[in-house]
Amino acid sequence: MTTTVEAPAGAAPVAKTGAGRRWTQHGLLFVAPFLVVYVAFLVWPLLLGLRMSLTSVNIAGSNAGFVGLANYAEAFGDPRMWRSLWNTVLSTVPLVVLGLVFALLVHNLRFMRWLWRLSFFAPFLLPSAVVSLLWLQMIYQPGFGLLNGTFGTDILWLGDPDLAMWSVVMTTVWWTVGFNFLLYLAALQSIPEHLYEAAAIDGASAWDKLRSITLPMLRRTTGLVVVLQLLASLKVFDQIYLMTGGGPENSTRPIIEYAYDIGFTGYRVGYASAVSYILFILIVAVSLVQLRLFRKREESLR
Amino acid sequence: MDDTPPTPFPTSISSRITRRSLLGGALALGLLGSGCSLPVDLGSSRTRIRYWHFLGASDGVIMNGMVGAFAKENPGLFVEENVLQWGEPYYTKVAMAGAGGRSPDLATFHLARLPGIGPGLILDPINLDLLAENGLRAEDFSPPIWERAHVDGVLYAVPFDAHPMVQYYNTDVCGRAGLLGGDGKLLPTKGADQLLESLREVKDVLGGKPPLVFDALGLGTVGPWRVWWSLYPQSGGTLLSDDGTTITIDDAKALEALSFMRTLGAEGLCDPTTDYGASVAAFQNGDAAFLWNGDWEITTFKQAKTPFNMVRFPSVFGGASAQADCHVFVLPHQRDRDPRIERETYRFIAYLVKNSADWAVAGHVPAYLPALEEPEYLALSPQSEYRSVITDVALDPQVWFTGSASRLWIEFGEAFSPVIAGTRTPEQGLALAKAALRGLMEAPNPFPEEPR
Repeated sequence: MTTTVEAPAGAAPVAKTGAGRRWTQHGLLFVAPFLVVYVAFLVWPLLLGLRMSLTSVNIAGSNAGFVGLANYAEAFGDPRMWRSLWNTVLSTVPLVVLGLVFALLVHNLRFMRWLWRLSFFAPFLLPSAVVSLLWLQMIYQPGFGLLNGTFGTDILWLGDPDLAMWSVVMTTVWWTVGFNFLLYLAALQSIPEHLYEAAAIDGASAWDKLRSITLPMLRRTTGLVVVLQLLASLKVFDQIYLMTGGGPENSTRPIIEYAYDIGFTGYRVGYASAVSYILFILIVAVSLVQLRLFRKREESLR
Repeated sequence: MDDTPPTPFPTSISSRITRRSLLGGALALGLLGSGCSLPVDLGSSRTRIRYWHFLGASDGVIMNGMVGAFAKENPGLFVEENVLQWGEPYYTKVAMAGAGGRSPDLATFHLARLPGIGPGLILDPINLDLLAENGLRAEDFSPPIWERAHVDGVLYAVPFDAHPMVQYYNTDVCGRAGLLGGDGKLLPTKGADQLLESLREVKDVLGGKPPLVFDALGLGTVGPWRVWWSLYPQSGGTLLSDDGTTITIDDAKALEALSFMRTLGAEGLCDPTTDYGASVAAFQNGDAAFLWNGDWEITTFKQAKTPFNMVRFPSVFGGASAQADCHVFVLPHQRDRDPRIERETYRFIAYLVKNSADWAVAGHVPAYLPALEEPEYLALSPQSEYRSVITDVALDPQVWFTGSASRLWIEFGEAFSPVIAGTRTPEQGLALAKAALRGLMEAPNPFPEEPR
């Protein structure tokens, strides 16, 4: 964490230390490779995408008439976009809450801690394709999958539009909760023991300690976890693409797949650019919240 | 296998990954990456034809054999065959290659996909003179298919085959149920009642197991659409007006077909929880007596030694139509087409088309009419049993959002799948399908007609 915190903070002084403001050609030469790559692969596509989002251009590059904000208007009025956006943030809540719960459990366990830590974190190390196939073919399989096989049920875990998203969330939790779990675990370990001792002397119950010491001390971590999780959820694609392809009836389609479907299989690149831009702005907004969070921390540390 | 998700495993697990199949995709990528076809040696005088197709399973083996046979006859030519993942990924790749103008020399395609790909932009027109030079004339092809290969009077595709929905039946089980005639072939049924009656008889023979299977559910499944689009047009129903601007669904007829599909599920005459792979496996193992599917699974059952035969899709609502699409050859757009390669490409197309009887081994009905008369083709059993369907194919409406693996197929499949399972009424299913259709019609065509 500390590294992420220091990066923006550390960057500012460096810019200022060119005390005499001697802006030499050598300096430019040094940053040139980076600048070229940055402009060619980030700034330029960004501008190009913005321009495309204002046209009706198709995948062949034709039909590139200027349509103004029509694509944006269409996107905001499209229930499928809202649905896909909702799909992406839906998994944030259980991921954060369960990450905390598991961390609290493991933190309070006194035996074989390494095993618990490993078992919660291990799935996070698996590639998305492995996770998706594992759940798709072995656990959710309607005929002979682990779930239906064990409980003797006949549930279409990924085939029922009302259930599919929850099934996907369940997999996501199993797969990625380990990361949040680890952040919480680290934060839990940094809470000074003497606070609990003092509370114990005052006769506080376990619940009191949790409510008045643990959770407040974890507030900052929670903020971080929520923001990181939101960003990760907004950017989810591969796992859902592999498990459900966004179906049934778009019930699991994340926003990136929505943009992909419009642009690459629907050939409407202009509209897809507009949707991508909406996603981009959302991500920037969430990132700004994250920056603010860290700035507050920096200030409070001073 | 081309019109379906590839099934790397014989069981149902495979088709859960269907439309955007992992394994197939990985395989195709791997093939591409490693350069599955040997590059032409430097300094070689051989002309290279780059050929893309999506024929990955049993019909892919046959296509590969035909390419090999052509290469043997033409030592000066080298056909670089690239097998890509079927479905949306394939069309995405062709679209992007054509848009860039550095595409392969030849690609296979689905006829119904033609209006949606921007002919003239992504695809180059077919040169009739070069076609004639190689002995292919318009009158050699099935007329409705030949006509559909035109967009605004310009030919953009050379028809290769039609692959209709057909009915596979297990000869053992049907024999025990007394459904076979003296010649050992399935006695035809007429109308819904007769079909249901014979299904009930087979159900008894199978000890109460569902006698009929088709891919009723699954990731991006199009089975419910295929069945509905076979049944509904039989009563004269249409989807869209000829110009594609208004919905012309006849609710009563559409619901009649949907209710029939519901009956199949409700009475346990079909298994509503089979996906593509499971349906094929059930038929292969003799667990089901009937399979409704495209004609391309022939080789699967022949290899598995399933006692089976095939007939046209049953006539339920009067007509005899069956959902179908056609494989065609297209020329993805190239900015600078090499005339020498172009000439050889037409020679290659003509070779494949004229040898359609070989291709029919894969189950498909040749679109090249002379092939239908060849004794070689007529000797193919059961392929030649359903060749008459070529005149009754229910092709998709000619609009930009139809065709194999199109959004229309997938959205209708999703709307109708729960109807078969009984979790949605036919009325709800139809309402959802119409809403999806309206949504597709409201979305602007990415390739509006414009001069090049």
